[in-house]
Amino acid sequence: MSNFDPNTDMPRGARPEEQITTDPSKPSERMQFRLMLFNLAPWIIASLVLLLLPAVFTNNSTITLMNQMMITIVFALAYNMLLGQGGMLSFGHAVYAGVGGFACMHIMNTSDFFSSIPLVILPFFGGLFGMGLAMIVGSFSTRSAGTVFAMISLGVGELIAASSVIIVAFFGGEGGVSGNRTDALPFFGNEFLQQINVYYLIAVWTIISAALMFLWSRTPVGRMANAVRDNPERAEFLGYSARWVRFYSFVASGFFAGVSGGLFAINYEILTEENLNTASSGVILLVTFLGGVGFFFGPIIGAVVFTLVQTVLSLQTELWAFYAGSLFLATVMFFPGGLAGLIMMHVPAFKLGKSKLLIIPYLKTLVPAAIGILAVCALVEMTFHYRHAATGDHEMTLFWTTFDSHTVLPWLVAAAIAAVGLGIARATAPSLKEAWNEANTRGAAS
Amino acid sequence: MSVPALELTGLKKSFGKAEIIRGIDLSIGKAERHAIIGPNGAGKSTLFNLITARFAPTAGTVKLHGEDLAGLEPYQINRKGLSRSFQITNIFPAMTVFENVRCALLWAQGYKYSFWNLVNRSSALTEGADEILDQINLLGRRNLPAGTLSYAEQRALEIGITIAGGANVIMLDEPTAGMSNTETDYIMDLIMRVTEGKTLIMVEHDMGVVFGLADRISVLVYGEILATGKPEDVRADRKVQEAYLGAALEAEH
Repeated sequence: MSNFDPNTDMPRGARPEEQITTDPSKPSERMQFRLMLFNLAPWIIASLVLLLLPAVFTNNSTITLMNQMMITIVFALAYNMLLGQGGMLSFGHAVYAGVGGFACMHIMNTSDFFSSIPLVILPFFGGLFGMGLAMIVGSFSTRSAGTVFAMISLGVGELIAASSVIIVAFFGGEGGVSGNRTDALPFFGNEFLQQINVYYLIAVWTIISAALMFLWSRTPVGRMANAVRDNPERAEFLGYSARWVRFYSFVASGFFAGVSGGLFAINYEILTEENLNTASSGVILLVTFLGGVGFFFGPIIGAVVFTLVQTVLSLQTELWAFYAGSLFLATVMFFPGGLAGLIMMHVPAFKLGKSKLLIIPYLKTLVPAAIGILAVCALVEMTFHYRHAATGDHEMTLFWTTFDSHTVLPWLVAAAIAAVGLGIARATAPSLKEAWNEANTRGAAS
Repeated sequence: MSVPALELTGLKKSFGKAEIIRGIDLSIGKAERHAIIGPNGAGKSTLFNLITARFAPTAGTVKLHGEDLAGLEPYQINRKGLSRSFQITNIFPAMTVFENVRCALLWAQGYKYSFWNLVNRSSALTEGADEILDQINLLGRRNLPAGTLSYAEQRALEIGITIAGGANVIMLDEPTAGMSNTETDYIMDLIMRVTEGKTLIMVEHDMGVVFGLADRISVLVYGEILATGKPEDVRADRKVQEAYLGAALEAEH
């Protein structure tokens, strides 16, 4: 799990050929420049994509979806500062995002102050409040990692979620706290009336936050967070207090969680108990793990996929949470590295130039498997319809086909497709495995 | 008389009713190479753990350069210039070899908990780490995950991590345990080189290493020091021969 290793600078003694060529055009500098460009490329591409996406998807609901996605990205990245980089499993991290968000809502409602600041800096206040709370909680929760930390995080999470109905002045009780973002000082004449304006605000914050969190992982304290995660005792005998390293990671994570809460406040203009309860904390754990904790970009993938599943799939079926849960289970069981790990698994084959060997075997196995799984989903939907549809409503539509769920034929068809699809996938799996081994072996017959 | 690098007075440790360390007085001078030997279960590793605050002593004091270490945490003791290795290899297996050493340099180079420096921007860190790697002959393994190294290489890496911070008191717990003869020679030579001018305290079973390296030897039996002195004196000591060394030397030959 040697994740996002910052050892991109070249070894000094290990490359003698570089020193022999004392070329005046300085190949090492050119090399470094190219390396820098290579390192920056993903960031530049991601920024361009974020800035250009609204030109492709112009309707408002898609933009709202993308806003939600970016907010989740910031939150998941902040969460992974703890889980992936620091080895701290938190069950109550929604609290820091939530409190940051609530603080931003209250700032929105202080008309004097709010009308004197531009809206774009509001998430920063959310970050400060998230960070402040993290400093208080972290002062006692980061003494140890592991189960103790997880239990404290769960307890604190429950405690604050429970206070939301007690401390009505801050959390607004059941109705939550709402506000109006357009009361802020206009930013270059922009009052953020439209969703698209908010999109760019969130996009810029997402890029900045992600870049800062990435840079954090390359600072001394960020590197020691990895060291403490892997071997706290050894880290202590290198002069670092494991506890303080954890504390700083925790506080930084609280800050960016608060930022995501602030972005949420701007986007939805309302925060409720739902923003800080244990269910939300669970979701962010799920998102991060689904994406993969071992790589910096893992949570980004997790946030994109999960938000898509949550919004797009929930329009199609009431059972979306069931499918999301199944996807999560499958990831944990078969790909503990998450989706990012799944992608990075293919890097060796690419480097060996043998990735083409995988295309046909993949098609042979994955297409039937996908069809089989869709058929299983159809069976699940039919069962759900059979049990829960209004009495007398026998008609259902699935995959553009309308049929009577109380007759035998559709069941037989779905079961047959499932059996055949999964059967073929199973039969072709060994040859896929063979191709996989072949693609990951150096040399040999091409 | 100059202040000893490490001074133990009346050091005791009990786990429940079991007395493991039963009153140790020992003074180790600056730049001395001191070996602690003794049969299994004599309390050698416990003694190490007491000195480095992995365990708290039941009674007695540990002084580093005349300064009492009571109540300090391991990381605070490390910052005062005492560094140790472990009996069971204790490195960061998932990190690269280079990064293992670089982590060991961070505090010594004054980075503390900095989050405003980027580690790969510092040439002092990179060069310092590469220099250590060169000393321990692992430059060729630089970018491999440390967990994939051979056992002897991992032990060498651990010694590298232990010395990297520039500590002047180095404690090595059985650095050659489980090694072949060639590997032992290699590690012994390595220890000689990297602890030049530093105080070295080591627990060791291999008598060849002990008599080859140590200026003075302490024999620990049942939590007490039976004898301390120059290798030839300890070898000649009757009590030591009866209690331990006779059997150990016989086993060697």
